[in-house]
Amino acid sequence: MDKLAAFGRLGLDIIASLGRSGRFLAGVLGGVSKPSVAFPLLLKQLYSIGVLSLAIIVVSGLFIGMVLGLQGYTILSDYGSEAAIGQMIALTLVRELGPVVTALLFAGRAGSALTAEIGLMKTTEQLSSMEMMGVDPLRRVIAPRLWAGFIAVPILAAVFSVVGIWGGMLVGVEWLGVFEGSFWGNMQSSVSFTNDVLNGVIKSVVFGFVCTWIAVYQGYDCVPTSAGISSATTKTVVYSSLAVLGLDFVLTAVMFGDF
Amino acid sequence: MAQRTTEVIVGLFMIVGIAAMMFLALQVSGLAPKAPESSYTLYANFNDAGNLAPRAKVSMAGVTVGKIREITLNRETFQARVVIDVNRSVDNIPADSSAVIRTSGLLGEQYIDISVGGDMESLGDGDTFYSTQSAMNLERMISNFASGQ
Amino acid sequence: MYPHIEGCNQFARVAPTPRRLLGTGMDTSPYIELRDVVFARGDRRIFDGVSLDIPRGKITAIMGPSGTGKTTLLRLIGGQLRPDSGTITVAGENVPRLKRKALYRLREKMGMLFQSGALFTDLSVFENVAFPLRVHTSLPEDMIRDIVLMKLEAVGLRGARELMPAELSGGMTRRVALARSIALDPELIMYDEPFAGQDPIAMGVLIKLIRDLNSSMGLTSVMVSHDVKESLSICHYACIVADGQIIGDGTPEEIKAHPSEQVQQFLHGHPDGPVPFHYPAADAGQDWGITGRSR
Repeated sequence: MDKLAAFGRLGLDIIASLGRSGRFLAGVLGGVSKPSVAFPLLLKQLYSIGVLSLAIIVVSGLFIGMVLGLQGYTILSDYGSEAAIGQMIALTLVRELGPVVTALLFAGRAGSALTAEIGLMKTTEQLSSMEMMGVDPLRRVIAPRLWAGFIAVPILAAVFSVVGIWGGMLVGVEWLGVFEGSFWGNMQSSVSFTNDVLNGVIKSVVFGFVCTWIAVYQGYDCVPTSAGISSATTKTVVYSSLAVLGLDFVLTAVMFGDF
Repeated sequence: MAQRTTEVIVGLFMIVGIAAMMFLALQVSGLAPKAPESSYTLYANFNDAGNLAPRAKVSMAGVTVGKIREITLNRETFQARVVIDVNRSVDNIPADSSAVIRTSGLLGEQYIDISVGGDMESLGDGDTFYSTQSAMNLERMISNFASGQ
Repeated sequence: MYPHIEGCNQFARVAPTPRRLLGTGMDTSPYIELRDVVFARGDRRIFDGVSLDIPRGKITAIMGPSGTGKTTLLRLIGGQLRPDSGTITVAGENVPRLKRKALYRLREKMGMLFQSGALFTDLSVFENVAFPLRVHTSLPEDMIRDIVLMKLEAVGLRGARELMPAELSGGMTRRVALARSIALDPELIMYDEPFAGQDPIAMGVLIKLIRDLNSSMGLTSVMVSHDVKESLSICHYACIVADGQIIGDGTPEEIKAHPSEQVQQFLHGHPDGPVPFHYPAADAGQDWGITGRSR
């Protein structure tokens, strides 16, 4: 009986936490600050979570593209259709790996940093003192970070895909000797702008939003102790990764499923 | 000063992002920035359209001259009726040309190839191909061969 | 001199208004009134029907053992927490009932000095003090500079304006935070444990600052502390909180002569008394497994 009650309480806790995060989101998005105030704040966040994530995105994209080139060549050359390597790399990156891996890297690189930063601001009473100065921390601290993540992730995902395709071309064309014309030609005839590129962008927009939301919420809601911050940071990475992979399935089913 | 540097770097970041999206649109998906060429409509009836799909290419001598708009079933003849958009610039297709469904490569997708005839008359808007050749169906060919037909 | 009307108005608010300078002696109604405030966290009642008046323009010390919710009291006054029942009136407004916008406007009249200072770690000392001015006023840059330097001068840190919060000592952090909380010339300032963890010199500086600010600006000051000697040396009025109740209040002299045993234990720091040395525990015999006596 006790176990049943504990289980029920856990369920209620989860629902309450979801509700809190929803109200939190409404508070962040509800209030719109003056552009003259909001823009420099957004710029600063775009720099720290977007530009500074660029390096890891470019390097990972390059390696993933090169691996795809190698693996694709080995498999496709068995069927004598190694010319299809361009199409394989492009479709894999644009549809799946670009948005998903970018979001996972983003959660690890920028999401955890956001959580720790906001959690530390809470622990050191910076958020409270802001509130007491008549400044809403949801608008001043959280909103610019949320928007920056929302804008940065699709850009990072596009960069990831492009660098990956370039890396795949490096391996396929320069190294393994696939004819460059058929590399690009096959790619262009099989990748469709609306079905593949736009759907990939939509995915990365959704992932960017969800990852940043989880990160800032975990920071804002954390228990204000050092143990609290560390567990919130862990939760950010775990929840973001699970959310990205789960949502990826749902989005893929909706976008590419035939039903 | 620091503010200015941030502005410039973030600006560059946005430009890189837009350039990447442009690259994906133009180079990877081959989206042409030019307006779609005006076209006229031809029809072709096939006994078997196979895996032919809308938006598949229509070519002559290997050059793409149009694309398939839609594929429907003709309720009277039970044939596949394929609606083809041919570029306006190619307006001299001989009237006795035939439409053939071909496959690009062994596993590639199917497209329509127009094999050119010798008539002086040309096909105009709304005309139908006189002769067509359906999709090559590997299974059917094998079963025909096995049953000795 | 002022580029536009708005800036002029803002300046009028930043400078002490004549009404307030004259009004300290005339307006004798309490600045903050708490009536039957009940506040519980989980099952634990932190305040169980507390009523308290905080006089205008005076220093009020709220003292009590750790964990009795002294900081919670400040948060209730600031509207960051809402009581389960009872009313909290600040400057004639019922704080728990205020809408968000009105609450934020009221908070512009309040300054709060947090225990940790709570400086924004990504901004320099100058920018920290300038923060409330930039957010709430549209003063021109040179005027903001003048006001910030004035406030920093008041806490003796005009020379430290370019430092980052990480480069400051604990006492300096608190002084910068103090400069920041008076940047908008508030009517009320709340100090959360201003003396905790300070060396004697820093403590002396803070005591001087709190006293000077109160007398020169006519601020209503509320100070939460468990440093009995320092608090009683500067406050005009003190009250002692324990077990969700106010167990004693009055002027420092009245408090020192208070008949309650609990008050005396707190003032003199006796290890045992009405507040027991031992946390409530099971019978000692049971914990050590000596069960023979009871059976």
